[in-house]
Amino acid sequence: MAVKTILQAINEALDQAMEKDESVVVYGEDVGFEGGVFRTTAGLQKKYGEGRVFDTPIAEAAIAGSAVGMAINGLKPVVEMQFSGFSLPAYNQVVTHVARFRNRSRGKYHLPMVIRMPYGGGVKALEHHSESLETLYAHIPGLKLVIPSTPYDAKGLTMAAINDPDPVIIMEPKRIYRAFKQDIPDEPYEVEIGKARMVKEGKDITIIAWGALVREVEKAMKTLDVDAEIIDLRTIAPMDTEAIIKSVKKTGRVLVVHEAYKSFGPAAEIISRVNEEAFFYLEAAPRRLAGFDVTVPLPKGEGHFIISPEQIAYEVKKLMAEKA
Amino acid sequence: MLFEEFDPLKGKTLQILDQDGKIVNDKLVPKIKKDTLMKMYHTMVLGRIADEKALQFQRQGRMLTYAPNHGQEAAQLGSIAAMDDDDWLVLAFREMNAMLYKGVTLEQSFLYWLGNEWGSRFNDDVKVLPINVPIGSQISHAAGLAYAAKLKGTKEVAIAYIGDGGTSHGEFHEGMSFASAYDLPMIVIIQNNQYAISTPREKTIKSKTLAQKAIAYGIPGIQVDGNDPLAMYLATETARERALKGEGPTLIEAVTYRMGPHTTSDNPKLYREDSEVEEWEKKDPLKRFKKYLIDKKYWTDKKDEDLHETSKKEVLDTFKKVENSGEVDLEDIFKYTYESLTPELEKQMKYYQEFLNEEGAK
Repeated sequence: MAVKTILQAINEALDQAMEKDESVVVYGEDVGFEGGVFRTTAGLQKKYGEGRVFDTPIAEAAIAGSAVGMAINGLKPVVEMQFSGFSLPAYNQVVTHVARFRNRSRGKYHLPMVIRMPYGGGVKALEHHSESLETLYAHIPGLKLVIPSTPYDAKGLTMAAINDPDPVIIMEPKRIYRAFKQDIPDEPYEVEIGKARMVKEGKDITIIAWGALVREVEKAMKTLDVDAEIIDLRTIAPMDTEAIIKSVKKTGRVLVVHEAYKSFGPAAEIISRVNEEAFFYLEAAPRRLAGFDVTVPLPKGEGHFIISPEQIAYEVKKLMAEKA
Repeated sequence: MLFEEFDPLKGKTLQILDQDGKIVNDKLVPKIKKDTLMKMYHTMVLGRIADEKALQFQRQGRMLTYAPNHGQEAAQLGSIAAMDDDDWLVLAFREMNAMLYKGVTLEQSFLYWLGNEWGSRFNDDVKVLPINVPIGSQISHAAGLAYAAKLKGTKEVAIAYIGDGGTSHGEFHEGMSFASAYDLPMIVIIQNNQYAISTPREKTIKSKTLAQKAIAYGIPGIQVDGNDPLAMYLATETARERALKGEGPTLIEAVTYRMGPHTTSDNPKLYREDSEVEEWEKKDPLKRFKKYLIDKKYWTDKKDEDLHETSKKEVLDTFKKVENSGEVDLEDIFKYTYESLTPELEKQMKYYQEFLNEEGAK
């Protein structure tokens, strides 16, 4: 066991995967020599050489598209989109090819590839650096989308993504890359994709969050006398509906908290599933606390956009006061 | 040498076999085995007939939208014949001739154009990627295949096809740039068939040739008579040698002509003159290749008649078989989204099965 940040945990996962499996290659913009703008891949090029860890032209579509070809021809590419906001030039590749090759070829070709991208606000960044675009990827059949919120999950999900036979997108909450440390196992391990994490059991309300907001939910609940069940969704697609429904049937109340834009966001999907499968267990209308449907403000206005523990507490109080 | 001599900025186009089937450049005639020449010609005839029939069936309402190959056979067969079994073929969507040559069956091809994914499930030993409908995105797939080959140290080369219109696409540039940056074993054939659907090439591309786009990537480019199978073979063979030596990608512009519509959904009479089509008719790759083979004593008119008869029968039998092959199973539309069904997909499939059971089939 060693104490690590999320960033170090991802680096360790990549390192161990590359060590174990020669077919794993890691590349993207500035990923090789510099180790990425956040240094997530630091040290890997030195250890595994420029053939397996390399810097690419600034060409996101070619990064994703070449990974398609590499995966078909026996490699396991783990590519980095420098920021999730810059993954959009690659969106065509991801939606039209990455997500579809298995289906298109009736299983002859499948793409064991991973796309990593730092996402989310709260770091006072430039335009296009703060968006939470999980809806765009979770909506597309054929893709898996995971978001870790702890160093343990960051390592385990990254390992699982690399070993997964399907393409997996990892959105990394950059706000908490270095925010805290956790004791995690030194040896390789996997966290199962498609399973939510029970952060804390409770009986009054189910709160579902992921990424950086899991900690904000925990902070908020320390200020209230409410016994909340907190679920870190961890995999956005395919979603662990069972865990959500089981919890809501117990608590009768549900709040979904996410940084992604509210309209058509993942909360809408989660609440729909709750309505379909646990409607008669509800004691209050489900609520969602999400990013406003506005262009993410630049740093001087970002404070209004970022979801705070106070805001979460405010929503929980409202929900608890409601009666069916 | 070849690429230096035919530097695209010098305004030269490589031609070996002219439109009358006569060798115009003795020194450059590539050494092609008789078997290979005959396989090229057989595929060309089969491809031509399959194409004509597909159009006919489409007009009869028996075929969905189809993208004809007529006129572009030599651009495809001359280039694909210079490749090895171990090489990868990466398509756009108008490459039925290249696909057939590389081992895709006619049945699979028709199945695809009749709207069945099994038509993209080629046999295990056939190194051909499925048809690529979005424009330009296949170039970086080829680059990725080539990167893997280079890293693994195998002798595979990836050959990718794109249309003239496709070279306007950002992804063409990204893929070329990526492949050239790492000297990847890749060949890109631009089938310059003069039109991007209805828009003439001159209206959308300012550069004098498409081959000269190679200069921007620091790689060789060459403009070739795309209706000349020998010239296409030579250029591709030379490009392949470069690729295997680790010298990187090559860009080949095949100057050809799409005799038919872009797809069965458009009407070329709206945007081009009959006289233009008639001029290109004289440059028909099939006629000139046949003439060459007869002059070489490899072929006779009688054999040609027989080949046309057997090919026609093969096309008709195959089409009928595919036409009667029915719909795909319900399970099939779910099964290949992921390695295994997600709980949600299981639920959705079960729901529909119950609907069918309770309310009867559609």
